[in-house]
Amino acid sequence: MRLAYYPGCALHGSSNDYEQSLRACLGKLEVAPQEIQEWICCGATAAHALNHKLSIALPARNLALAEQQGFEDLLAPCPMCSMQLLKAAKLMDEDAGLRREISSVIEAEVSGRVKVLNLIQVFQRIGLDRLKPAVKNPLADLKPACYYGCLLTRPPDVVKFDDPEQPSSMEAIAAVLGAKPVDWNYRTECCGAGMTMAKEETVLELSQRILADAQQHGANCLVAACPMCHVNLDMKQGDIEERYGERFGLPVYYLTDLVGLALGISAEELGIDRHFVK
Amino acid sequence: MAAAVDLAPNQIVRALQLGNFEKAMTSDAIWTCVSCQTCSTRCPQSVDCAGIMDALREVSLQRGLASPAQKTVVAFQQAFLKNIQRNGRLDEIELIAEFKLRALPSQRSLRFLFKDASLAPLLQIRRKLHLRGEKVKDRALVRRVFERCKDGKHA
Repeated sequence: MRLAYYPGCALHGSSNDYEQSLRACLGKLEVAPQEIQEWICCGATAAHALNHKLSIALPARNLALAEQQGFEDLLAPCPMCSMQLLKAAKLMDEDAGLRREISSVIEAEVSGRVKVLNLIQVFQRIGLDRLKPAVKNPLADLKPACYYGCLLTRPPDVVKFDDPEQPSSMEAIAAVLGAKPVDWNYRTECCGAGMTMAKEETVLELSQRILADAQQHGANCLVAACPMCHVNLDMKQGDIEERYGERFGLPVYYLTDLVGLALGISAEELGIDRHFVK
Repeated sequence: MAAAVDLAPNQIVRALQLGNFEKAMTSDAIWTCVSCQTCSTRCPQSVDCAGIMDALREVSLQRGLASPAQKTVVAFQQAFLKNIQRNGRLDEIELIAEFKLRALPSQRSLRFLFKDASLAPLLQIRRKLHLRGEKVKDRALVRRVFERCKDGKHA
């Protein structure tokens, strides 16, 4: 599978454990995503909150680069990035004038032929039937709460992925790995996203509810496919426990950690030893 | 977030329908909103409330309507954009430094300035701290893109 890779800033910053996990896991499945040269930040919330045109132009530039570099499929493992890329593509598909305008802003043409994939879609593309026989260590002891957060499934008309209220694609993968995903309520509730710095109390409050619900439903870990969700639930878990006087002790895995462990990759190779909650 | 704000998304939309733009644009809600897209997804009338929040933030910023309580969030988003404008990619340490300095006049506390500093060694031992962030090669192009988007509007 020839696959372009848009890491986004987080995976090259403090969420570099996600990139380590992703490369180890996909490598084992003989998928080697190729990083887009000269990619730029998608603008994230800052762009869509402060400057609408920039929130289209920045992702569009990356779509154009992927096209120029000869790719048809593009993995964006951060749901913020993938949603922004998909939104820019959608807006330009619906408006030829906008496409021309953005092309002149970013000094490149975007035909719209690149398909943007989130991490779960890459596993679906590989095929769960192919994944199943590759499992060496079934994760029989794991009862994960599969956590989708906001942007993997929302807004549904942009991302067109799974069910925005009752998603099940991550549970399907976890089940193939031999884990027993729990049924719980907060799968698509927000963790506070990029407010970690700007409004920490929001993050602590929203993430506490997620951890508490996971615990109440018998989970012994959480699984996420988003760098920001991971920061808020893993790095901030100690602060949440302190603030609310509760003890969770719930490890938070990236989806690639779970698949990687089942494929027989060590926790160190996946970077799990670099998480906060052990 | 609807339960934790002064105006819920449906109340914001109602205020706009009634022509009360001031009320919507000066609300805490537009800066407390975490852009989780839940309101847009669940609206029975298919109103893109989250998109409206974006538009309100943009206009509120242009007109300088954000209250001191909201200025910390504004400072963060502005520092973020300035950072990408310079580097093409986010430099986390630079972002934190610039955010703290921008927000300091409204926060007025040393505790705020140094609150996250204790995280640095914890990130360091996990090899998550990058003292120098990545930069793209063609930063002049990034600056031109920002320049052409200055007014925020498209045709």
